[in-house]
Amino acid sequence: MATIKIPPVLRASVGGEKEVSASGENVGDVLRDLAESHPSTREQLFSTEGELNRYVNVYLNDEDVRVLDGLDTAVGDGDTLVILPAMAGGR
Amino acid sequence: MSVSSAELLRQIKSRIDEIDPSEVKELIGEGVAIVDVRGSEEFATGHLPGAKSIPRGHLESRIESAVRDRSAQVILYCASGQRSAYAARTLTEDMGYEHVRSMTGGITLWKDRGYEVEIPRALSAEQRDRYSRHLLIPEIGAEGQQKLLDAKVLLLGAGGLGSPTALYLAAAGVGTLGIVDDDEVDLSNLQRQVIHNTQRVGTPKVDSAEESIRALNPDVKVVKYPVRIDASNIMEIIEGYDVIVDGVDNFPTRYLLNDATVRLQIPVVSASILGFDGQLSVFKPYEGPCYRCLFREPPPAELAPSCGANGVLGVLPGTMGLLQATEVVKLILGIGDPAIGRLLLYDALGATLTEVKVHRDPECPICSRAPDEIRDEELGVFPDYEAFCAAAG
Repeated sequence: MATIKIPPVLRASVGGEKEVSASGENVGDVLRDLAESHPSTREQLFSTEGELNRYVNVYLNDEDVRVLDGLDTAVGDGDTLVILPAMAGGR
Repeated sequence: MSVSSAELLRQIKSRIDEIDPSEVKELIGEGVAIVDVRGSEEFATGHLPGAKSIPRGHLESRIESAVRDRSAQVILYCASGQRSAYAARTLTEDMGYEHVRSMTGGITLWKDRGYEVEIPRALSAEQRDRYSRHLLIPEIGAEGQQKLLDAKVLLLGAGGLGSPTALYLAAAGVGTLGIVDDDEVDLSNLQRQVIHNTQRVGTPKVDSAEESIRALNPDVKVVKYPVRIDASNIMEIIEGYDVIVDGVDNFPTRYLLNDATVRLQIPVVSASILGFDGQLSVFKPYEGPCYRCLFREPPPAELAPSCGANGVLGVLPGTMGLLQATEVVKLILGIGDPAIGRLLLYDALGATLTEVKVHRDPECPICSRAPDEIRDEELGVFPDYEAFCAAAG
């Protein structure tokens, strides 16, 4: 199982949790497992073609999966995925 | 056994290496550490070009921050070559520095030879007192304080993030603070916007901020821009600033600011806050990624909480704003490792700080091109945001 850190804007979709666990061999599988358990995260993470939305960054531990193998990046037990959409509040 | 001071000096000099001023002159600018061990008052009257000031009384405690590497070439000097001889003995025999030399004849002989002396712009007695805790840090000192006094920093927003940033940058003696904000102080701001106060509800934020800054530090020149920044005014407002602090609350302005600062090559210290969470990064054009490398596209309305008012823990902008102020000071002084190419994620409830890497995107629509190739009409190109905020309700 990998740990997924949920950003503030997605927490309502996962019952208010900051972290959830999900399983899968690679980043895509883990995120799809998350979307299975919490269906309202699906359209926020994936485009209709099943790609990761361009406005969402996903990090495996501290590295952007786009510079790794994207959704095919292998995920091991104990890895952490960070989901990060842009935030603009400043006031 | 008692020893006269003349005899002691003779003994010490026999144990250390000395160097003639003519040789030192050839080594200036060659990466050799030149340390002035006289008192700070003497240093202020003139010193060797590029010399660092470490008064002998502070030598042991401060030398490592000026010269970390024990095998580095170090040249010490004082007024006549006596104090630097004692200091050279200390560094060599007590601290293990391997290549320390004391300049014979000190700066007196240096001047007699007609060599160049650098005269630091003097801080006033009041400034020496006001900034004394900076002057005591070798990484800052009088030279660094002068850099701060010469620096021009622009704050976008005198709100949650801008309030603490402005106060601490003013206290630190940043000489010019520009403030862009077209808003007035509202009672609901005061839970976090600490530069304003209850008496100033209803007054323009730029005026209120200026009043607080003046009261804190009259050295600081405040330049007020009571406008909303947009594509028509951004270039003339930001040009000439050394660092920009981004505390804006909406995506269109963040993208606009990014594009304009890449074109003008001005570093931006960016932070954002929501609820109990904060993000921070430094975007230094062409040295690291830009905001569009990090977030190529803005999120859709339902994922973009900046569209309306959102809750935020009152102290959170304080935390994030002060991290921004710290990065600004580091950029001005050229010290430390600014958060370039890194995004820091602060979770106040968990009391955790997570860091992720941010890479330059070789296909970035903005910073993959040379600054002069970025045209006016490309700045801040963005989906129709008002329409999409309206759609979000």
